[in-house]
Amino acid sequence: MSSEKASMTNTTETPAQDSPQGAISDFGIDTTSQSTGEAVRDYWARVRGGELGSLPALLGIIVLLIVFSSLSDTFFTLGNLANLLQQGASITIIAMGLVFVLLLGEIDLSAGTASGVTAAVMALHLINNGNLLGGMGDTVFYVFCGLLVLAIVLAVLMRIWAGAALSAVALLISAIGIPANAWLEMLLAVCVGAAIGCITGFLVAKVGIPSFVVTLALFLVWGGVVLQFIGDGGTLGLRDETLFNVANGNLNVVGSWALFVVAVGGYAAIVLSRHFSRLRKGLVAQPTALVLTKIGALTVLAAAITFALSQNRAPSNLVIIEGVPYVVPLVLVLLVVGTFVLDRTTYGRHVYAVGGNKEAARRAGINVERIRMSVFVIASSAAAIGAIVYSSKVGSVDPNAGGGNTLLLSVGAAVIGGTSLFGGKGRLRDAVIGGAVLAIIQNGMGLLRQPAAVVFIVTGLVLLLAASVDALSRRRAATAAR
Amino acid sequence: MSEPILELRGINKSFGPVHVLHDIDLVVNPGEVTALVGDNGAGKSTLVKCIAGIHPTDSGEVLFNGEPVQIKGPRDASDLGIEVVYQDLALADNLDIVQNMFLGRERTKIGLLDETDMEQAARKTLASLSVRTVKSVRTQVSALSGGQRQTVAIAKAVLWNSKVVLLDEPTAALGVAQTRQVLDLVRRLAEQGLGVVLISHNMNDVFEVADKIACLYLGRMAAVVGSKDVTHGQVVELITAGRSGDLGIARPEAATI
Repeated sequence: MSSEKASMTNTTETPAQDSPQGAISDFGIDTTSQSTGEAVRDYWARVRGGELGSLPALLGIIVLLIVFSSLSDTFFTLGNLANLLQQGASITIIAMGLVFVLLLGEIDLSAGTASGVTAAVMALHLINNGNLLGGMGDTVFYVFCGLLVLAIVLAVLMRIWAGAALSAVALLISAIGIPANAWLEMLLAVCVGAAIGCITGFLVAKVGIPSFVVTLALFLVWGGVVLQFIGDGGTLGLRDETLFNVANGNLNVVGSWALFVVAVGGYAAIVLSRHFSRLRKGLVAQPTALVLTKIGALTVLAAAITFALSQNRAPSNLVIIEGVPYVVPLVLVLLVVGTFVLDRTTYGRHVYAVGGNKEAARRAGINVERIRMSVFVIASSAAAIGAIVYSSKVGSVDPNAGGGNTLLLSVGAAVIGGTSLFGGKGRLRDAVIGGAVLAIIQNGMGLLRQPAAVVFIVTGLVLLLAASVDALSRRRAATAAR
Repeated sequence: MSEPILELRGINKSFGPVHVLHDIDLVVNPGEVTALVGDNGAGKSTLVKCIAGIHPTDSGEVLFNGEPVQIKGPRDASDLGIEVVYQDLALADNLDIVQNMFLGRERTKIGLLDETDMEQAARKTLASLSVRTVKSVRTQVSALSGGQRQTVAIAKAVLWNSKVVLLDEPTAALGVAQTRQVLDLVRRLAEQGLGVVLISHNMNDVFEVADKIACLYLGRMAAVVGSKDVTHGQVVELITAGRSGDLGIARPEAATI
């Protein structure tokens, strides 16, 4: 607070010094780091210029937390906190995959039902003890294998080796019929997801059908496939300890604190080492005070949540439920890996470039088609991981898996978090923040015993609000630039 | 005058039945700005695209540093050190200056982006061009003015140890002050010993920065003249009629397709 104040007074005094400083700052300014005041003002200028990022969503979370905890006694209980994390995880994971697609200004409407397909395959493999041929019936099984082969061919054609390899693994597992094992099933689900992404991506990138149409068509197709796999009115129960624990299990207390140490310590180590190396080399860097504040705030928040979740939150005295749910490290790992790919690798840079200006990327020698196809592979694979989590939460897969509003909520999570629908702008943490907003709304409205109608309407309006913020800030940024 | 860095001899190019370039000869010297002028449809952009490897030529020779070379694609051109700054600026708005300058040619260290190296190289290049208008090399391109964008696009071309830079109407969409910046920059490129080819419609710009003016008239090289040896009016005549006094094509009427 005081440093901010000091900088405010600074600005009013500086005009006299402005001109000599101007000469140095013309170009040389970026070698020196900014002061905290400058950084704050810079950020504020960007916000006013229309670059809101995840600011509205963060404010939204605070408002929602206050509203729901004042209206409902049960909202701010330990049990509900854990429940909230488990409820939001699958949507968040699917949304993280969709961020890649949205970064290109494309959309994947089929991510929801595609995740349903992967869940159904997973359940079939488990229930039939690895005998997919028996589970699906001859014709369906051969068509399924044919599609996997097609996915491999398409991925090889476009030189997306990871997609080809994952599809090949899916084919291998399906064809050999290895006996059921929860880990194998989860791998199979992710591989089938990658194969689905290869097909979607090829249709969009190489054939050139708008992604909206391709994925709308596939939305229906995959919905039908799920129905075919499971059968009308049937439900495939997942009776497996490991699978059940994915969404419902918790780390033990020691494990929870270990996670805290690894996550916060790792974050601090990476951020600080990068920060000081940038300072040493005279590169553009944020002010040290700001970096330390960020790390400090995160540490406090993470410690508070870990502490809260380490308490026994069981509603009765007969059992003990404590520890951080497994979904938290799962989401964190995906977040870290994805962010790393987007920020630190050539591939991630190219994704942003294609999303920002396709023509510029093409002229710079980037294989635009390959990038466009690859994001669909990532989105569908992430959707499969989301499918594992929600199937685990429910304990079964029904013909409606991944249908309904799974997709809308996922797209909503990404957009609410601040990912632009127009491409080029967005980060993976947007999906997590947006996912949190939606989870809080769904959970809080449920606790307030609101009818489904109200929940749907409110969720829809929040999404609409987020999309308007995106469109308006984009317009504002466009007018500010010229 | 030193050896020409780029020399074109008898370049011909047709698009189907339309003969766009007739026996074009052009010499680009290092340290010189060669302005390429001509009316709409005279073949300026086609010529640039032929040099950049976007269009293959039908016949003719290209010599680079005195050696005959084959330019079959944009990669060949950039490998030689020929860079083109396009009229519609190939920059991604959502990336910052450093990211744009290295787009498609990112430097990596053990598979990861080497931001340190790229940032330092970008800053060095901008400083060597005495670019004083951008506050930070980490500014997003969307926050830059038209002139600054053009500056970044030109600096991007210089970054790659290029020998020849082709600029396609770099000042077309700019205001007075911004045009000033870009023209200064063009001049500095030449002072650094690069061969610069500037396409422009604006005679004031041409006379200000060019050492040599090459006038295209209906796909033929009407005249290549020193900018100090001709007047404004003469160049305009060369552009519109292909001929001015004893300069230009002997019988421009015959040039009509």
